[in-house]
Amino acid sequence: MSLIELNGVAKAYGDLLALDDVSLSVAAGEWLSIMGPSGSGKTTLMNLIGALDTPTAGTVVLDGHDLSRASARELTQIRRQTIGLIFQKFHLIPQLTAIENVMVAQYYHSLTDRAEAFAALERVGLAERADHLPRQLSGGEQQRVCVARALINCPKLVLADEPTGNLDEENEAQVLRLFAELHQGGTTLIVVTHDPAVAALGGRTVKLSHGRIK
Amino acid sequence: MFVKLTARSLTRSTAHWLLALTVALGAALTTAITTLVAGSAEQVSQQLKVYGSNITIRPQQAAALDELYGTTGSATLSLAALPQIKTIFWAYNILDFSPFLETTAQVDGQEVRVVGVWFDETLTTPAGEELTTGVHPLRQWWEVDGEWASGSAAMLGQNLAATLGLPVGANLRMAGMPEIPISGVFDSGGEFDDAVLLPISLAGQLAGDADAANWVEVMALTTPDNELARRAAADPQALSAKDWETWYCTAYVSSIAYQIEEVWDGVVARPVRQVAQAEGEVISRITQLLLGVAGLTLLATAIAIANLVTKSVLERSAELGLLKALGASNLAVLALVEVETLLVAVVGVGAGMVAGVGLAQWVGWQAFGSAVAAPAAVLALLVALLLLAVLLGTWPAGRLLWRLKPQEVLHGA
Ligand SMILES: Nc1ncnc2c1ncn2[C@@H]1O[C@H](COP(=O)(O)OP(=O)(O)O)[C@@H](O)[C@H]1O
Ligand SMILES: [Mg+2]
Repeated sequence: MSLIELNGVAKAYGDLLALDDVSLSVAAGEWLSIMGPSGSGKTTLMNLIGALDTPTAGTVVLDGHDLSRASARELTQIRRQTIGLIFQKFHLIPQLTAIENVMVAQYYHSLTDRAEAFAALERVGLAERADHLPRQLSGGEQQRVCVARALINCPKLVLADEPTGNLDEENEAQVLRLFAELHQGGTTLIVVTHDPAVAALGGRTVKLSHGRIK
Repeated sequence: MFVKLTARSLTRSTAHWLLALTVALGAALTTAITTLVAGSAEQVSQQLKVYGSNITIRPQQAAALDELYGTTGSATLSLAALPQIKTIFWAYNILDFSPFLETTAQVDGQEVRVVGVWFDETLTTPAGEELTTGVHPLRQWWEVDGEWASGSAAMLGQNLAATLGLPVGANLRMAGMPEIPISGVFDSGGEFDDAVLLPISLAGQLAGDADAANWVEVMALTTPDNELARRAAADPQALSAKDWETWYCTAYVSSIAYQIEEVWDGVVARPVRQVAQAEGEVISRITQLLLGVAGLTLLATAIAIANLVTKSVLERSAELGLLKALGASNLAVLALVEVETLLVAVVGVGAGMVAGVGLAQWVGWQAFGSAVAAPAAVLALLVALLLLAVLLGTWPAGRLLWRLKPQEVLHGA
């Protein structure tokens, strides 16, 4: 059974068609790589799947919910329950420590649990960094906090938009190892990347060009 | 977590200090102005009252004649009855009073005008209270060469003093009277410049009636006239029972005059119109003006808050968008910003109001030489208004926040 079903999806920004007639089906537990040149619509596609935006035409069905017809409130709900997001830039709340940044995701999902948040940080190898502020962490460490935050609520789907674009090799390897663990645990992964080696880790690669799947 | 988010962002950001300062400034100004308006009407009234009497009491008959023919008849008031005006509801607002008796005396074969008054009469009210009262506070603006009289001394109007050639310190010889020392020569601006002022007991001997006064002047502390007072002045009987009670229990010059008539049969008590009315109008205009300024200050504060909060939301849009992406509802993010702003505002309002009341006291001491009362009800209303201004000020930022799309702030290059 597929977790994600896109059917004839288009997204227009004014005159610009960022996505054009995209149909795509992703099975639960799949690791999908998305590639394509800059401006080809990768992020736009991730936003639609991630319930951050709605399509101009077509339908997006995620875990049985038709996102194209959902209200803002319902989208928030789905995002909270089903999705873990990882961005290219490491978006952390600057005044909160690493563990507190993880706990924010718990807070908006259900209840905060410090021990659980700490376990998540342990899993990404940042146990000793739990009480550091983001500015006291390296880029790779910040991205690992983001990964811990994305997996803390055990989402069915993790969306990563160029997660390793800004990382050195060592941190990249660590993040990718975490992805592999998630994949083994049954989490569905969609990873946008420019790096063929990273894409090759996925079971399938979708290539975007000018808003269309090639 | 909500508390932590709020607390961290409060302690981290310096923008909050600016917001607190803005709110404090607005609060200080509005509080100072409102406190002055609410608390100093009495002082202003008292200041104006320094310039003389505001009620005259005459015998009913004389008042009628005066209104018909512009003359004062021969009817007089009884001095013995005078202290009872201190038994009215607003007795404590009666600050000073003096009887006046017009008569004449012969000096060197010349007839001179004599006015009997109390210079500093100590008397006991029906309530058993002792008080000293007299003409000096009623005529504070006189320029006196020498001293205001006390005991059995006399004062001469400047014209009469010149005619008689009597300087300060000389003795006045009136036919049939002992010699009386002249303590002072005054310039009354016309009114009594041709007269000799004597204690009313001596003037009564000259007139042949020891208990008589032609009129009494009263200086009372009054509440500035408003619409109700004007309707009451036209005809107290035409008021509704409730309005009548409000009027009666407020220290309007008309209700004090009315109450004097109630306790003293056969007299007519009239506000000295020009002064009382002008005074009420001036005060109510100044009050309106000041309240207008306070309102504008409040508005300016709200606008300044709107700018600061909007700016801060824009600066933190990535952070707030991230919260939305992580599953925070619009309401949750809005609550975060509102609570933060309100917490800062409460500190600002608190500090500002304390400063404002202080400022009002300072102005009070400068202007009136006394403290200004800050009524709790007024302060409570101000707190509500200020917080309302803050909430209104966060409105534009709230709209911005509501429309903030996480994908637009998060994926920005
Ligand atoms: N919010 C937006 N408003 C207008 N144009 C946008 C917006 N987001 C993306 N675009 C445009 O849509 C196209 C696809 O963008 P995007 O999905 O970010 O590409 P990619 O992630 O593959 O680099 C680009 O031409 C981009 O300029
Ligand atoms: Mg992109």
